[in-house]
Amino acid sequence: MTTVDITTAPERAAHRVAEFKPNLLQSSEHDLCPGCGHPVAWRLVLDSLVELELERRTILIAGHGCYTQMMRISDIDSLQCLHGRAPAVATGVKRMKPDAAVLTLQGDGDMVSEGLHEVLHAAARGEKVTALLFNNGVFGDTGGHMTATTVIGQRTKTSLEGREAGEHGYPIDVAKLLAQIEGAAYVARGAVNTPGMIARTKRMIRRALELQMAGAGFTFVEVLTMCPTGWFVPTLDGPEYLEDSMMETFGIGELKAPD
Amino acid sequence: MSPAPSTPGRAHLTRGTVVLDAERCKGCGLCIPACRPGVLSMSSTTNAAGFNLPELREGCTGCMACAEICPDFALEVWKFEVPVAASATEKED
Amino acid sequence: MAPRLMQGSDAVADAAILAGCRFFTGYPMLPFTELLENMAKKLPAAGGVCINAESEMEAINMALGAAATGARAATGSCGQGISLMQEGIAELALNELPLVVFNMARGQQDYFQSTRGGGWGDYRTITLAPKDIPEAVAHTQELFHLADLYRTPVILYGDYVIAHTSVGIEVEAMEFGPLEPKDWALDGTMSGTGRARQIWTWNRGKPNTPGVGPDRAWNTIADKYAHIEATEQRFETYRAEDAETLIVSFGTTSVFVDRVVDDLRAEGLSVGSFRPITLWPFPAVGLAEATRGKRHVLTYELNAGQMIDDVRMYAHDRSVIRAIGGVSQDESGMRQGDLLNADEVRQRVRRAVGEPVAAGQ
Repeated sequence: MTTVDITTAPERAAHRVAEFKPNLLQSSEHDLCPGCGHPVAWRLVLDSLVELELERRTILIAGHGCYTQMMRISDIDSLQCLHGRAPAVATGVKRMKPDAAVLTLQGDGDMVSEGLHEVLHAAARGEKVTALLFNNGVFGDTGGHMTATTVIGQRTKTSLEGREAGEHGYPIDVAKLLAQIEGAAYVARGAVNTPGMIARTKRMIRRALELQMAGAGFTFVEVLTMCPTGWFVPTLDGPEYLEDSMMETFGIGELKAPD
Repeated sequence: MSPAPSTPGRAHLTRGTVVLDAERCKGCGLCIPACRPGVLSMSSTTNAAGFNLPELREGCTGCMACAEICPDFALEVWKFEVPVAASATEKED
Repeated sequence: MAPRLMQGSDAVADAAILAGCRFFTGYPMLPFTELLENMAKKLPAAGGVCINAESEMEAINMALGAAATGARAATGSCGQGISLMQEGIAELALNELPLVVFNMARGQQDYFQSTRGGGWGDYRTITLAPKDIPEAVAHTQELFHLADLYRTPVILYGDYVIAHTSVGIEVEAMEFGPLEPKDWALDGTMSGTGRARQIWTWNRGKPNTPGVGPDRAWNTIADKYAHIEATEQRFETYRAEDAETLIVSFGTTSVFVDRVVDDLRAEGLSVGSFRPITLWPFPAVGLAEATRGKRHVLTYELNAGQMIDDVRMYAHDRSVIRAIGGVSQDESGMRQGDLLNADEVRQRVRRAVGEPVAAGQ
């Protein structure tokens, strides 16, 4: 078995088809765990912004979580806001800067636990922003606690034997709630555990941004991301565990889209 | 998950290759199952932080799946102008 | 333009729009509601946006977003509604974002809330308490200037009397000094340039443009508030210099107190009044001076004793301080009650200084 030298650019005539990092990433240095799905999802957002030529008019409002680091290393005008409040902050931003591409970035704890109120009302008002939910079914940043999207059976530090409906209640499918709201123009859920899912999710993110800029209304993309640390599974098992646990509860696809 | 087995006795074309930023790599291994032709595997080489690094065999197609799934932006993908046949020394896996 | 009869909420709305307010949001709550109604009616025509928020938490955060883009923005509420905004007000302060918050309070129950705050971290709000509608109109315009000048949330302490009564008034635009350009504001145009902007209470910055971090950032903000405390204290006295008795009150209550000062002076009592105009920074220097040598320092506020804490802190002699006001709401719980009454004030002052109180006095 011959291994190939991958420490340096090839000597034979070749062209680069994928850069290390997207242009809008000022640095690829972050402290997220090995196997974390958040940066995988964030790359799709950054690439989409550049492809749609929105990079010179994007404003990002990020909540509190591991993903906040994505805001810190991205070359985007950003504001870090209070837990749960991003859709409300984004409302004020977009109303004053209607030509900007306004994104919110939240985790499931931020949006579905703390901020359920805010995201539903922003959708109802049809605020022309794109809300992104990186859903790994756990409060990762605080050390692995139950959120409103933690699936039944998932062990966390506040559901040590596994989430049990009788004691802990059921997870909330916020995408389903949003899909029922008139003001929501586009509601989709993807994942980043396999190359196929990644490609599909990228198309959802692009579509959401296009629809925002077309003034269609509130757009929303949920991305299921791996959190092997929060799930107490080995890093390599993250993608499969995501499929077996989160995807069972939260279906992939476009829940609402214009005709 | 082990890399996909190659078909014995069939010549592979190597259409592309990658460059690994070894110091960025956290040895998470996501690139290995993502690799469509199955030519990535974990090696025993470690970087300064102690993470195991992936290694690449011949047969890369330049599909970019590894770069897209890498959470640490540690992979760069190249495509050869002319695909290269598998080396004569490679008989079977 | 001639003066015309205007409700306070109407006049304040005009003042805000004249000051350049182009984003307003709020949740209906009496006596703040009419300000929201007036802004909903008038702001769109002035090229602004008015949103009826679904909660006060949303209101403060929407306003924060608007402020982050550099727009002049405002919100408001009272009592429990302002309670819900505490987190957001602190966030604005620690982000150094300007915002005007109209606390059209239910009586005088929100002094603590408007001066101590209930948010997180080391922050303050410049809080102005007008005594009548004309002062509220002037304060409104000045607060938009102060918010931008100091990059801080600020509070107008109004109340039912200011919000709901009417006076003949001409609302004219006021001029204030020049301001620094808002080179911190977000509009998306710095994205992709390598020098994108970031607003973050932790002030971590980005790899290309590192921030100073939370310690430096919050120390700088604390220093700013220390500077404001030293330079922006405001107060008013009435017939106080030679008075034996000083009555301290704030807001619309002080109009009644000053009327009583005149009544009692006419009877030969040596009384005067002191009114903090800035509830924060409390006019410590002025109060210390005004209370020097006084035999009685009486606080008249419509609550169980909130401003009195500040009076006790700064008065020349603590031992002569007495509270003669009290909690006072009407039946609805939203308006001042029986204690906002000149007869009541007069009787309580007379009793406090040992004067007999006959019927009809």
